[in-house]
This record gives sequence, structure tokens and C-alpha cells, in this order.
Amino acid sequence: MLSNTGNFLLSLNILLSALIIYYSYNNLKTSDDLISQKVFKISILQSTSILICFFTLVSAFLVSDFSLITVYQNSHTLKPIFYKISGTWGNHEGSLLLWVIILTLFSFLFLIYNRKHPKNYRLYTLIIQNFLILGFLFFILFNSNPFSLISPSPNEGLGLNPILQDPALAIHPPLLYVGFVGSSIYFSAAIASMITNYADKSFAKSIKSWVLISWSFQTLGILVGSIWAYYELGWGGFWFWDPVENASLLPWFAMTALLHSLLVLERRNVLYFWSIILCLLTFILSVTGTFLVRSGILNSVHTFANDPTRGIYILAFLSIMILVAVYILFLKYKPANVEINSNSKETFVLVNNWFMMFYLITVLLGTLYPIFTDAISNNKISVGPPFYNSVIIPVVIVFLFFMAIGPNAKWIKNKFIDLKIYSLIILAAVLLNFIIFFFFKSYSIISNLIVISSLFLILSSIMDIFKKISFNFPRVVSHLSFGFLILFIGLNHNFSIEKDFNLKIGETKQIDNFKFHLKDLKLVQDTNYKAVIGSLKVNDLLSKEERVLKPEIRIYDNPQTLTYEASIQTNFIRDYYLTMSNIDRSDYYNIKFQKKPLMIWIWISVAMLSLGGFLSLLRHAKYN
Amino acid sequence: MQNIIKLITVSLLVFILGIFYQSLNRSSNYDTKFLVGNKIADIELSDLQSEKFFTNDDFKNNKYTLINFWASWCAPCRVEHPYLMILSRNKDIKILGINFKDKKINALKFLEELGDPYDYLAKDNNGKQSVNFGIYGIPESILIDSKFNILKKIIGPLNEKDLKEIKEIIKS
Amino acid sequence: MKIKILCLVIFFNFSVYATSNEILNESRIHKNLRCLLCQGQSIADSNSEFAQTLKMVVKDLVKQGKTEDEIYNFLSDKYGDWILYKPKFNYENFLLWSFPYLVLVFGGFIIVFLVKKR
Repeated sequence: MLSNTGNFLLSLNILLSALIIYYSYNNLKTSDDLISQKVFKISILQSTSILICFFTLVSAFLVSDFSLITVYQNSHTLKPIFYKISGTWGNHEGSLLLWVIILTLFSFLFLIYNRKHPKNYRLYTLIIQNFLILGFLFFILFNSNPFSLISPSPNEGLGLNPILQDPALAIHPPLLYVGFVGSSIYFSAAIASMITNYADKSFAKSIKSWVLISWSFQTLGILVGSIWAYYELGWGGFWFWDPVENASLLPWFAMTALLHSLLVLERRNVLYFWSIILCLLTFILSVTGTFLVRSGILNSVHTFANDPTRGIYILAFLSIMILVAVYILFLKYKPANVEINSNSKETFVLVNNWFMMFYLITVLLGTLYPIFTDAISNNKISVGPPFYNSVIIPVVIVFLFFMAIGPNAKWIKNKFIDLKIYSLIILAAVLLNFIIFFFFKSYSIISNLIVISSLFLILSSIMDIFKKISFNFPRVVSHLSFGFLILFIGLNHNFSIEKDFNLKIGETKQIDNFKFHLKDLKLVQDTNYKAVIGSLKVNDLLSKEERVLKPEIRIYDNPQTLTYEASIQTNFIRDYYLTMSNIDRSDYYNIKFQKKPLMIWIWISVAMLSLGGFLSLLRHAKYN
Repeated sequence: MQNIIKLITVSLLVFILGIFYQSLNRSSNYDTKFLVGNKIADIELSDLQSEKFFTNDDFKNNKYTLINFWASWCAPCRVEHPYLMILSRNKDIKILGINFKDKKINALKFLEELGDPYDYLAKDNNGKQSVNFGIYGIPESILIDSKFNILKKIIGPLNEKDLKEIKEIIKS
Repeated sequence: MKIKILCLVIFFNFSVYATSNEILNESRIHKNLRCLLCQGQSIADSNSEFAQTLKMVVKDLVKQGKTEDEIYNFLSDKYGDWILYKPKFNYENFLLWSFPYLVLVFGGFIIVFLVKKR
């Protein structure tokens, strides 16, 4: 029953998309400046029906209808209701449905929120967006149909991978998808803008909100993903430069660059084609990321069951998209006369874009390079954290200085930057850095430079608050929190303490200033797993702090999986992070203990960064 | 100038997409095929049962040697054991068993129970030797010739197909 | 005058650290070695049999006075370049290491070119 409903709605959506394209195309030729009511009506119908289609799938998960393969493979009757619902998009087929929903809703919202802009520009955007929707609908219907039946229908599902049963991971995909799938709308708008020659200022105004929305959500999505990786993967890190993580970071760099170049376009009518390229690039990178993750051509921690036919479909879609976009771009490209003075705000925006492109290229190259070496010379290599850290970090230092100075430069007019104030700020930053490192001891020059540059950014952002003219609150929030983010990452990285040792029950061990005692192990039976819970007393001899941490080793039933649950105690100064794992053929347990200073502030900084985006959205809505 | 940039952009994109297409049919997992043809490290192993010491000299007269890492605690080793027994009857190939992170009593009991296919039996108490041979999981086997070149590397338990392939190599 | 003070403070800031010599760090080596059995973990993050063995071997090699690069070469001979998270700077990986910086330099030129045009 649910399967038929779902399939019917999917087919209906294909029909509706085709109709929208057809009516919009006819509507282009009419002389009046109004979009036909038909287009609006079908758009409403389209959004409604895709939502109903989605809820059909959700209800299949809720009632555990195992006649659907997707439900059978990813759910289980004993699973808590919350995870039954989140299981809907926790798999390949369901998440594609979420893709289409976002494509469709953004298409509809863009149509109704841009009344001020010319008819043909809006219609073309709608047409292109609906081609994207069609592409994904065909993919879903013919390759990855969440409503496919299995017969005979099994009595019980296989269950969801236990490490995916987690609140953070449940909300992670929707956030991230609003981010990078949302970028589709300015991909469509960019092409529409080139076709209709609706360029410059007004174009920038029409897409700015959408860029801000997608950027803010993408930031939040990355944040939630990192938090999940931090406590679930059990290694104490939160960013591993894993291909899947990189796939979410690449569009973020492009969006960030776009966000800044739009500032210039909006103000000065320059950098139009550059902004167009960034619009196209953002969505192209999003689809590329999806291709890399779903086709399985990359080796990654985050397992997405993969199958090559999916890869071929997405690759074909991606290729057509890229070639059409590049063709139109080359057709319409006109070299523009750019007049920019050094020291003007425009220059600093360019500098931002320059650095964003550097990060983007580095991460893209690092992610793809193993594929290239394997295909060309049959050599499998790994590109991991040490590569990215050593290439990117030195550049971040310079970037932060520009980021501090940039916002205070004026538009157009040439004006020398106030050297005196900045020398004072540098002086303060160096002194603060010295105090920090003097009291806590440290080694590397690079982390000193990171701290100095981020302090420089923080101090000068704070100074900006006290300036009366041209004070842009959302910008200060974002720049300030970015400074804090880098500062906290730097300090956290530099002052983390890590102890790795083996203990058996009843044993006490002292390492440097820490004393550990493994009190006991308890065997606990929960609804869908068994767990061995250890009680570990940690004594910090310096701060006289005593804490009991309870790490777990869990054995899940459906599917059978062994996971290590870290025990984490967070406060505003530091996190205690402890994992315990069994050692084969021995009664010892391996303990990894980490004291990570200021951990929670990293999360808060990213949340604030994203808040800056939302504030900017409000500000933009108010003035336009 | 503009045309050159356009041409470069398009060919770069086509190149990348082409590589993507080609990579779809490749496995992205680690494998050790590239090691075939390399020489193994010099052998320096202690005998499991006596004070004897094995070096390259002990193996240079063998036409083929199969180096097999195993342990009594490893379940897949029990699965592959019958194949080793079959192979041990073949005169052209000698088998060097390296007992990995194991207790001597358990190891000998294992062989008593299931038969002893090994012409040489060495030990690797702390596992350090396994790194010398590029081993990363137990069981793993390496087929070498008299010049210590790697002919084949088998990760995981030997099976019917591996056995056939080994026999084919040593026949030629 | 201010600039001079600034330079002095910066110099002072760094001279303090110059004295603390960098020791060959085992855990840094661990973080660069990929655990072949585990999905996307370095051996520092893993507790598998393989990771334990490899840590022992690294310890031995460090004790023998081998440099970091010698250790990496030793292991990549045995296991292939896949084991290193930081690819070697060689002929094959030349583009990987240099292209980002080429982009950086090239981008800088474009900006200078655009800005000076007046």
C-alpha cells in the first residue's frame, strides 16, 4: 500500500516538474510582466506532493513496513521511535528523497520571494531548477527507489548501524542538505541570470538571502557532524580530513567566497562573472561530493553502502550539469573592466576569495589525488591530516591578519590603513600569547603564530564594536567567532594531554600528574545492546580534581556490532575524554585518556559563526 | 588567450570526469598487489622448538617457499589448515610457518590436533617479525621463489582458489 | 619608536621557545601511520593487533636512532605508500604538494594585476 502511494507520488512529481517547465517556457513569450497563475499553482502542488511522499516513507518506517527494502535494511521494530524517524534519511534512498524535497522547496520559495525581479529571470531559474529536480527524481525512481518492494516480506528488519543511532547524527543530514542542496537555487539563478542578461547589483540582491541561508545551515551541519565524530568515533578528535568530511567542507569554502564577492557585486557592479563562477562552483562541488561519497570510489570512515550503478548515474548527471554550465558561461562571458584600488574594501574581498580558493584547491586536490594516482600509476596513497595541517595552517596565519584589517577598509576610496592602531593590537596579541604560553609551557612556533594571529583578529574585531561608523554587527559576530574558533583550536591542540596505558581491574597507575584506578566492570543488558561499563577514577594531582568516568564497550544485537563509547565530562575549562577497549587474550584493558582544554568553546565558536550568518540574513531582509 | 583558457578548462574537466568514470570499477580498499615482484626482507627467525636460527641460507635451495603466519588463537587459521596440509604433500614447495604472538604449548597442541604441514617452524613472540614481512592480519601467506622474490601474497585464510593458483605457479 | 618596541617584543616572544629543543615525537609518527585494518584511523587512534605491533616496531626504530623519514621509508617499503597519511614529497606527489602553493602565488598575481590597473 505505502509502496504504491510512494511510487505514485514520485511519478506525479515527475509529471508536475515537466508541466512547470512546459508552462514556464510558454510563459516566457507572453508580453505581460506577470508569471502565470498556473505556474504558481503547480509549484504549490509539487511541494505538497513531495512532502506527502516523504511522510509516506516516514510512516513506513514508523509502522515498520518491512515489505519495503529500505525499511527492512535500515530499521527494526525494537528501535526507539526517534531513530525510526531519523532512519528515514539515514540511508541512501531516503536521503535522496530529502535532496529532492530541498530542491523543490527552494524552487518554490525562490519563486514567491523574488517578486521584485523580472519575470523571465525568475522563470528561467524555475526551469533550470526543475531540470535538476527531474534528474534526481529519475535517479530515485529508477535506481534508488525507497519504495521498492521485497517479497516475501520479512518479519523483522536488519536494524540501523548503532553508531548512526544518535541525536546529533539524526539532525546532521537535514542541516547539511539545506546547506549544500540549497546552493542549487543560486546555481539555477546564475544560469538564468546569464541567459536573460539580468546581471550585476540586482542579481546579487536576488540571491544573497539564499547564499546566507545555505551558508549558515552548512556551517551548522558541519558543526553537528564534528560533535558527533568527537564523541562517537571515540578517538578524541573532531575533524579527520576524511573524504566525506572534506565533501562537506568544499562547498562551504565556495559559499564563503561567494558571500564576500557578492558584497562587492552588490555595491560596485564588479566581479559579476566571478560571482557567477562561484555560484556554479558551489553546487557543482556539492554534487561532486555526493558522487564521491555515494559511489564508493573513495575509502572513508563514514560508511555509505555503495554500488557502482549509482556512481554512473550521478556521474552522468554531474557531467551534463558541468558541461552545460561551462558552455553557457563561455558563451556569455564578456571581459569586464575592473577598477579596484589597493587598500579598498574590494581588494580585501578579493583577498578573502584568494585564500578561499587556496583552501578549496588544497582540500579538493588532497581528496582526489589518491584516485588519480590509483587510476594513472596504480599506486594507492593516503592523504590524511598531516598533509592538510602542514599545507593549510601556515596560510591560515596570514589569512587571519587580512581578515582583521579588511572590514575596516573603505569602499572605492584609497585610504591608508591606520598603522598605529594595528601595531598596538599586534603588541597586545603578542603579549597575551606570551602570557598564555609562559604559564602553560609550549614548543612550536607555528602554534604561537596561530594564537597571535587569532588574537589579532579577535582584538581588532572587538575594537570595531566601539567604532560608530560602518559598524556591521553580523559581520563582527562572524569574524570574531572565527578568530575565537582558530584560537580555541590552537590552544586545544597545543595543550591537550594524552595518556595511553593498560590497566586491569583493581589496579592503580600513576602517570605524570594523573592517577588512574580501575574500580570495577559491570555487565549491563539494555534493550538493543549489551555493555561492559567500567568505573575509572581519575585523579588530577595538580588541580586536586577527582572524577569517576564510565567508558563502555557495547555489543549491539541488530546488526551485531562492537562499539566503544567514550566517557566525556565537559565543563567550561576542559573536557575529560576516556575510552576503554579490551585487549585480546589478556585481562588488561587499554585506556586512552585525554584532557582537552576549552573543548566546548570550539563548538560555541562555530555556533556563533553560523549565528552571524543568520543575523546577516535578518539584516538583509530588513534593508531590502 | 581566452580560447586557450577555455580549452584548458574543458580538457581539465573532461580529464577529471574521465578519471572518475574509470575509478568506478576499481576497489578503493587497500591491497598488496604492488608488492608482487619485490624481494622480501632478510630472514632472521628463531625456531619455535629449539635454539636454532633461520636465515636466508636455509631457503635459497628451495624452488618455492610459502611463508605462512598463523596462531592457535586465530579461528580462520583453522579454516585454512587443511589446505596447508594438502600443499605440504607437494615436493616442489616448502612451507615456513611463523607462529604469531602465541604460547608454545597452544601452538604445538594445535599442530598435534590438526597435523603439522610446516617444513620449518619459527616463532614471532611479540609480532615484530610480522612487520618485516609486511603482514597486517593473521593469517597471511607469502609465496616466494629461490631468489626471495614475492610471487603471490594471500591475505586471510587460504581457500580452494588460492591453492589452485599456487599449484599453477609452482608447476610452471 | 613603536615599531622598534614591537620588533623587540616579537623577538623576545620567540627566543624563549627557540631553546626548547624539539624531541623526536613518537606519537607524531603514530598519527602519520594509517591503521590498515581499521577504517580511516591512524595507529595512534587504534588499539588493533596491527596498531599495537606497529607501535612496538616504531619504538624500536626510534631507539635505534632512525630518523622520522627513515622510519617512513622502511614501512612504506613493506606496506606501500598507503600506510603514510602524509604523502612523500616525490616525483609522483609533486603536484599534490606544489599545486596549492602555485594557486596561491598565481592568485596573488591576479589580484596585483587587477588592483594596479589604475
